[in-house]
Amino acid sequence: MNAILKREIRAYFDSLIGYIYITAFFAGSGILFSVSSLQYGSTDMSGMYSGLFYILLVLIPILTMRTLSEEKRQKTDQLLLTAPISLTSLVLGKFVAAMLIYSIGVCMTIVYATVVSFFGAVSWLTVFGNVVGLLLLGAAYIAVGMLISSLTENQVIAAIGGFAAMLVLYLISAIATIIPVDWIARIFTELSFAERYSPFTYGVFDFSNVLFFISATVIFLFLTIRVLERRRWS
Amino acid sequence: MIEVKNLVKTYGDKRAVAGISFKANDGEILGFLGPNGAGKSTTMNILTGYLSSTSGEAYINGHDILEDPIAAKREIGYLPEFPPLYLDMTVKEYLYFVYELRGCRLPRNTHLKEICELVKIDNVYNRRINNLSKGYKQRVGLAQALVGNPNVLILDEPTVGLDPKQIIEIRTLIKKLGKNHTVILSSHILSEVQAVCDRIVVINQGKIVADDTADNLSRELTADHKLIARIDGPKDEVIKLVQTIPGVVSIVADMQRERGVWEYNIEAVEGTDIRRELNRRLMSRNWYILGLRSSELSLEDIFLKLTMGESVNEFLADKADDLEERYKEEE
Ligand SMILES: Nc1ncnc2c1ncn2[C@@H]1O[C@H](COP(=O)(O)OP(=O)(O)OP(=O)(O)O)[C@@H](O)[C@H]1O
Ligand SMILES: [Mg+2]
Repeated sequence: MNAILKREIRAYFDSLIGYIYITAFFAGSGILFSVSSLQYGSTDMSGMYSGLFYILLVLIPILTMRTLSEEKRQKTDQLLLTAPISLTSLVLGKFVAAMLIYSIGVCMTIVYATVVSFFGAVSWLTVFGNVVGLLLLGAAYIAVGMLISSLTENQVIAAIGGFAAMLVLYLISAIATIIPVDWIARIFTELSFAERYSPFTYGVFDFSNVLFFISATVIFLFLTIRVLERRRWS
Repeated sequence: MIEVKNLVKTYGDKRAVAGISFKANDGEILGFLGPNGAGKSTTMNILTGYLSSTSGEAYINGHDILEDPIAAKREIGYLPEFPPLYLDMTVKEYLYFVYELRGCRLPRNTHLKEICELVKIDNVYNRRINNLSKGYKQRVGLAQALVGNPNVLILDEPTVGLDPKQIIEIRTLIKKLGKNHTVILSSHILSEVQAVCDRIVVINQGKIVADDTADNLSRELTADHKLIARIDGPKDEVIKLVQTIPGVVSIVADMQRERGVWEYNIEAVEGTDIRRELNRRLMSRNWYILGLRSSELSLEDIFLKLTMGESVNEFLADKADDLEERYKEEE
């Protein structure tokens, strides 16, 4: 797993994707920060965090698009899948690498909060809630993006597919409102990433929500492993 | 040791591998010979655990590749048909990666240095793989298979894309490696497997059509009836003359090699040797043979021969008898 992890992190910065992600994150969060907090001299950072979510919806698919599709296209999957390592450590190595790069961005927001704290009281609980929420949501979304990437050899399709899947998972509660059958609507609401995520943005840690994102991550990583496994039998 | 029992692989309703069984012993170089689409790569991908077989078993040094894949994979170095290279890495970075990926324990720098010297890539060690020529990429692929000193080497068309000098070097290297490894290599060139392998398995359309030592198979497959002759003499007349030799099926002038010297492809009925008669007749006209060699059997010929087996031999023996009688009558 270590070998994969190291190689992935290197690849993020060799292929520029790592730089693009960090730059875009920095630019996006910086603009949001100045528009929502700095301009009003406000120490309330929730404006930035809620806007940031939509930026991540675009950036996470870019992080995950080439994880597995590119290996297949370049046929380097033949090296990885015939090496004496398990599929689980292969997928985990890639997941952890994406997660590390992703966290660089998310943790940057703590720097903003620190800056703000020099000018007034910051609700650290809210900041902390948002950071944890973003990390959990990001983990689940990275797993989704990897699953989509394992299904195609084309990075662009992987990125667009990943974006679409993440959007649907987020907006599933909106779909729920137009479903007439009550219990189905309830299930949809329960599964909605948006519903699960929003409490974190107020600094509310609901254990069931933490568990929800961890389970979602595990399920999507498991499905990714299954896809790779299936392909052998095709 | 590699043992394969009744391996089958179907894609949809297409049988790419249709029940293959064979064994490769320690210290043996086994050649996999077959035309495009025969199922060579598919078999190798199953042996290395990249694909799963539809049915059948494969053991690498006793480890079942399906039941105990990690132990089996630890024994294997694999060079796939397309070398699995990360083009954005340098050779050094790539080999370091493979070293770690395979969980290799040998002293890293000396081990990798040895490999690079063996496959002669030490001079490009710090270059990006993307900028290497095809032959060098192929060698880096081979180097990758040697990392960790695996017992079993599986090489899918290892000499593709190399220049003639490199081909000879790599063949020599494989022969050397064959002394203390089990090697399976695939090729669609008969002379290559003859030159390198101890045993040859010929496969066609997913089935084994021959499995024999290289010597036996070569004896069976020599083609004295197909000649390439370089003859000094007027082209059209030479052709006319040669056509009158009993047993000659066709003669085609190939290319002018020197002034007045042409190279001809002569084909006789299989089982007849026309070399002496050819000499005699040309001498009588004061034309000279400057070079004479039997041409290699094409893969099609081999499969015709191997798949038709006895019946084709009988057929040809009859034909040869007829011809001999005609000779005698003429004289
Ligand atoms: N993924 C696949 N899906 C469907 N058919 C396939 C697939 N891979 C290979 N085949 C078919 O299986 C057969 C065997 O292919 P294979 O690549 O093993 O041949 P080969 O002996 O390696 O040929 P070559 O000399 O061209 O490399 C071919 O007819 C090929 O078309
Ligand atoms: Mg092949």
